[in-house]
Order: sequence, then C-alpha cells, then structure tokens
Amino acid sequence: MAGELSVEVVAADRKVWSGSATIVVAKTTEGEIGIMPGHEPVLGLLVTGPVTVRTADGETVVAAVDRGFLSVSEDHVAVLAEVAQLADEIDVASVEEELAAAAEDQSTARWAQARLRVAGAR
Amino acid sequence: MGAELRELRRRIRSTESMKKITKAQELIAASRIIKAQQLADAAKPYSQALVRALEAAASRSNLDHHLLEGVGTPRRSAVLVVTSDRGFAGAYSANVIRQAEALTALLREQGQEVRPYVVGKKGVNWFRFRAREMFGEYVDFTGNPTYAHARRIADDLLEAINTPTDEGGVDEIHVVSTHFKNMVSQEVRARRLFPIVVEDVPEPLRRAEVAGGAEAAGGTSADGPDQAPPPPKSNGRSEDETLPLYDFEPSAEEVLDALLPQYAGNLVYTTLLDAAASEWAARRRAMKAATDNAGELQENLTRQANAARQAEITQEISEIVGGADALASAGSE
Repeated sequence: MAGELSVEVVAADRKVWSGSATIVVAKTTEGEIGIMPGHEPVLGLLVTGPVTVRTADGETVVAAVDRGFLSVSEDHVAVLAEVAQLADEIDVASVEEELAAAAEDQSTARWAQARLRVAGAR
Repeated sequence: MGAELRELRRRIRSTESMKKITKAQELIAASRIIKAQQLADAAKPYSQALVRALEAAASRSNLDHHLLEGVGTPRRSAVLVVTSDRGFAGAYSANVIRQAEALTALLREQGQEVRPYVVGKKGVNWFRFRAREMFGEYVDFTGNPTYAHARRIADDLLEAINTPTDEGGVDEIHVVSTHFKNMVSQEVRARRLFPIVVEDVPEPLRRAEVAGGAEAAGGTSADGPDQAPPPPKSNGRSEDETLPLYDFEPSAEEVLDALLPQYAGNLVYTTLLDAAASEWAARRRAMKAATDNAGELQENLTRQANAARQAEITQEISEIVGGADALASAGSE
C-alpha cells in the first residue's frame, strides 16, 4: 500500500517540523534523493542545502539544513541536522549580514547561501 | 531613641531588603529550571534519532574507529568540568570541582596526564587561582546554554582526541557534571564520553550510561544498582527489534565518521542542559534557605528591638518617677 510518509525534521535543539508527507526530496553527498512511501531503508549524509517536503495536503515545506543526515525506515523519514530552519523562519536581512561577515569562513558562507536560496524560493 | 534601638531597627531594615533579593532570586531560579527542562525535552528527538542512526552505522562498519575503540593503555585524558558562571548556588560548583579532583587523582594514579577543559567562571577562577593550566575555558552561558556553545566545546575536544597522543593529543575524554534527578536532588557524575564502549555489535549502543557509567570516581554516583537503567525508547519500538538493513550513502564508514562528531556535540549539549537545570535547582534551594534564614534573623532582631524599646520606656518612667520624687521631697522642706 502506498501510504504516507511520516516525516520529522529535527534540529539539535528543537523539532523543526513534523507531519505526514507524500515525498521528501533532499541532497546527499552522492546526489539528489527523493523518498516516497515504500522506500528502502537509507541512511545518508546531507550536504548543506534545502530539504523539500511535499505534505499530505499538497503544500510544500522547505527547510535549510546544515551538517545533517537523513534516515528512512518503514515509511518514517527523519531529517536530522545540527541546524535547520524552515523557509519562513529565515530572516533574509540578517543572513545577508552574516554572509558579508563570513568572508573567509567557507562553511559559514555556505550555510548562509543555502538559507538565502531557501528563503528566495519561498 | 536609644542608640541600641536605632541600630537594631537599621539591621531589621537591611535584613528585610536582603530577604526580598533572595526571594526574587529564588523565584527566578524556579522559573529557569522549567525553562532548562523544556530545552532538554526539545533536544530529545534529535538525541534519540541520532543514537538510532549511530547504532545502525556502527553495526555495519567494521568498528575500528578510534572514537569507539580507544587505545590499550591511555596516556592522556581530557576532563571536561562543568561548573557555573554565577555564585548564589550553594555548593554547586564546589561539588563538581571536588569530584573532578577525585577523577583527576584516579587518572593520575593510572599514569595518565590530565588536561582540564573548564566550563563556567567559578571553575575557571578556581583553576586560575591555583595557577593550573587549562586547555579550554568556556564562560558566560552556563545558565542558558545553546547548541553553538556545545558545538564549540565538542569541536575542541574532538580536535584533542583526533590528534595522535605523541603529538599532544588525548586518548580519552571524561566529563564531570551535575545530573538533574529531580527538583530536590542533583548528583555530580563523572563519565567517560569517548571512546564509547561498544559491548557487542548488535547490542544497542545506548547513551553514556552504558558508555562510561561505571566510571564514577569514588564519588556520590557509585556504580551499580543506583545507576538508573537507560529509559526505554519512547517510540514504541521494542528494544530487541532488529535494525533495518540500511543503505548507506556514501558508505557506512563515512556515515559513522560524520555521525560521531554530531553525537559528541549532542552529548555535550545534553550535558550542558542537564547541568543548567541542576544549577538553577541548586540556586533555588540556596536562595530558599537564605530567605528562610533572613526571616528567622528578622524575627530575632524584632524581639531584641522590642525588648530594647521596652527597657527604654521602663527607664524613662523610672527617671520621671525618680525626678518627681526628688521634686516633691525638695518642695516639702
């Protein structure tokens, strides 16, 4: 039965989003991966960037994640990241400031850019 | 008004204002305990999922990771000591430091060199006053730690353990912190964070309770039955359920490599939250005791003031009576 996925997006200090979904799209170190109900168990490292969840009622939730991974088993998808923010939680102005301040620091800059992309796609 | 009475009234007033301050501190601390506990609860989903993923990855890779295995005879250890930034918390920091000293002595006995990493101003000052070298100092957040703070500490510790011992790295990481049992009881615990002890491959790799539970350095948290068993997983899956056959991207080893630092960050974060809740609980208790004592002191002083006032009145009356007597006897002559 092609049911629904139960999805959790969890950051180190809080639960960012949870609910049921039809598909989850994320980018692992090997490339893009789309998870639909019935997917085999996977544990994958995510690159800094967006994770897209299409919810059961047809809406799209986009979150930016940094240093995260994805675990799928029995139609349960857990996206775990040290930091994760939903698109509408991102404050573009302050992230731009961060990006400008980051200059040399590549990982900070990458994280800022990822958040800007997610916020821009909103 | 007599000098004694004036002095007593002044002391009553200052005790009163002291009592107000400690009462306010007590109420603040009580509300902060709740906040710290909420933070700890919010961090739970991440910990649980992380441990599950780690179990899966560890069961599939060949387990020769240095964070899991460790070396035969460790020569150098890092000890993370979690104290508080502020006082007014009774013996909170002193207890942690005492336990840390016991652990340090134990490790030295085993021929290890000990490197302290200190969290909290109280601990930092303690080490600095004794001119002891610290390899990490982290201050200004103990009442309200965030993940970024934990990440910084974990990164420093990982860097130390990832450096070969001959080049100045460490072999083991221990942590001494306070565990929040409930509102009235907190206990200081010494645990080993890394290397994690993996009993057997399919054995669930439970949190630090299993990893280093028996590490207690002869302190309050003696090993054995009083160590609470790890709480059953709350997601409704049975303990002995076999793990799904995960597909790893890119590979089990690389996933494990990436997960262990996250696990370290998570461990430090939960430790800091636990310590923060304990710190506020200790502060609440200390401030409650201070408030009670101030009340008692105030009562005693009020009694003394009343007695002094009464004595003064009695003296005045006897002076008046004596004066009137003297006048009467002078007039009758």
